[in-house]
Amino acid sequence: MNRIKAADINENISWQDITKGAEIYEPATSRYINTGEWRVMTPVFKEDKCKQCLLCVPFCPDSAIPVQDEKRADFDFYHCKGCGICVNVCPFDAIDYVKEEK
Amino acid sequence: MSGNEAVATAMRQINPDVCGAFPITPSTEIPEYFSQFMANGLVDTQFVPVESEHSAMSVCIGASAAGARAVTATSSCGLAYMWELLYVAASSRLPITMAVSNRALTGPISIGNDHSDAMGARDSGWIQIYAEDNQEVYDNFIQAILIGEATRLPVMVCQDGFITSHGVSNIELIEDEKVKEFVGEYEPEAWLLNGEEPLAVGPYGTAPYYMEVKRAQAQAMKEAGSAILEVAEKFEAMTGRHYGFIEEYRMEDAETAVVVIGSSAGTAKACVDQLREEGRKVGLVKIRVFRPFPARELVKALSRVKAVAVMDKAESFNGCSGPLFAEVRSAMYDMEDRPLAVDYIYGLGGRDVTVDHFRQVFAALDEDVTAGKTDEVYRYICVRDRDEQPVR
Repeated sequence: MNRIKAADINENISWQDITKGAEIYEPATSRYINTGEWRVMTPVFKEDKCKQCLLCVPFCPDSAIPVQDEKRADFDFYHCKGCGICVNVCPFDAIDYVKEEK
Repeated sequence: MSGNEAVATAMRQINPDVCGAFPITPSTEIPEYFSQFMANGLVDTQFVPVESEHSAMSVCIGASAAGARAVTATSSCGLAYMWELLYVAASSRLPITMAVSNRALTGPISIGNDHSDAMGARDSGWIQIYAEDNQEVYDNFIQAILIGEATRLPVMVCQDGFITSHGVSNIELIEDEKVKEFVGEYEPEAWLLNGEEPLAVGPYGTAPYYMEVKRAQAQAMKEAGSAILEVAEKFEAMTGRHYGFIEEYRMEDAETAVVVIGSSAGTAKACVDQLREEGRKVGLVKIRVFRPFPARELVKALSRVKAVAVMDKAESFNGCSGPLFAEVRSAMYDMEDRPLAVDYIYGLGGRDVTVDHFRQVFAALDEDVTAGKTDEVYRYICVRDRDEQPVR
């Protein structure tokens, strides 16, 4: 059956095109949702202080800390909700927590 | 056989994949009969005896989402306990078929028949089909399977508790093989057990999506009529029995008419026959399909009458009328030459309604026609009133 892609179910979709019962025909579609806009406080990654212990990564409830080649990169701000858990668990003060300028 | 046994027999012939059920008077017999069929090896349904109606509907929702043909039965407070899930089933577009043996809602506590349970659920997004007698509830249940699957909407198949659910009458059963062929194999559009395609059912609907989903759901109900008629046509080809949205009884030259749902239509028909013998031009419109509401068909049927009495077997407590009257009168609003319309609340909590009561209704309609107006439209029949003479 010809199915609409999850990425095409967005805020421009008409009622005629939305799926029956809002069904979604592919997995792992939460990555398309911009939960970053919920953020009030924002973590700031200070690379110079980071020892790459990666403790912040499993604590992040939203998989918003990308890891490549055993090293973390800057936050994925499309998904980071600014909960601040990473700030609390970081043993090296490598994450600041600031009010976001909008 | 009783109306409950008729429904259970239909279920046996359909042989659904899953039945989640919890007993409640007066629908208890349906899962009882059905478990006997299971014990005797006549069906291979997965029967899930749950601890509540909330769970019974949840079982059906899970089963239907998984790709199964799911059925259940309930009444009264059991239906009320399903409330939350009724909306989940309808909005997830799951074609569950549910038999409802209509019974009053508490309180006062009553096991008697009226329509307050199903009428309360009228806006939950379920198709609602009502039966006058045991034959109709059997026929409706078989048709409901295909109606639900064609529209992807759940269907409530209603009958009057005790009056037809326990009242025994001769009915014509269809051969098992014919029913099997009629309902065929269920082929869901999308199902959770499909290993070829991942599927998410019932996602969170944030404000930018919720209204579009509901608008699409409303459209499915608007378009359900054609599926209901197509299934009825196919059913008539098999059995010779005709079904539509409404049934018009002696309406051809009727000047006054009653609109009625369920078993009381039989009583009212007897009254219409009596009055016709006396030369009175009276008729009856029975609503079989209440959801989707057959507004166009009702307007056509009532286009030539001078006055109509709408019979409500449920209160609405809106201070103005019962639920059926509100919708019938609304449907007639755009008519060029609309009839006078009055509402009669009747039969609550199992209160009997007789041919004489309907004579009284038709007599009151005559008075309204003579006066050219109605006074109080929110009326009662067969309730003791110290200011009125009792009706024998």
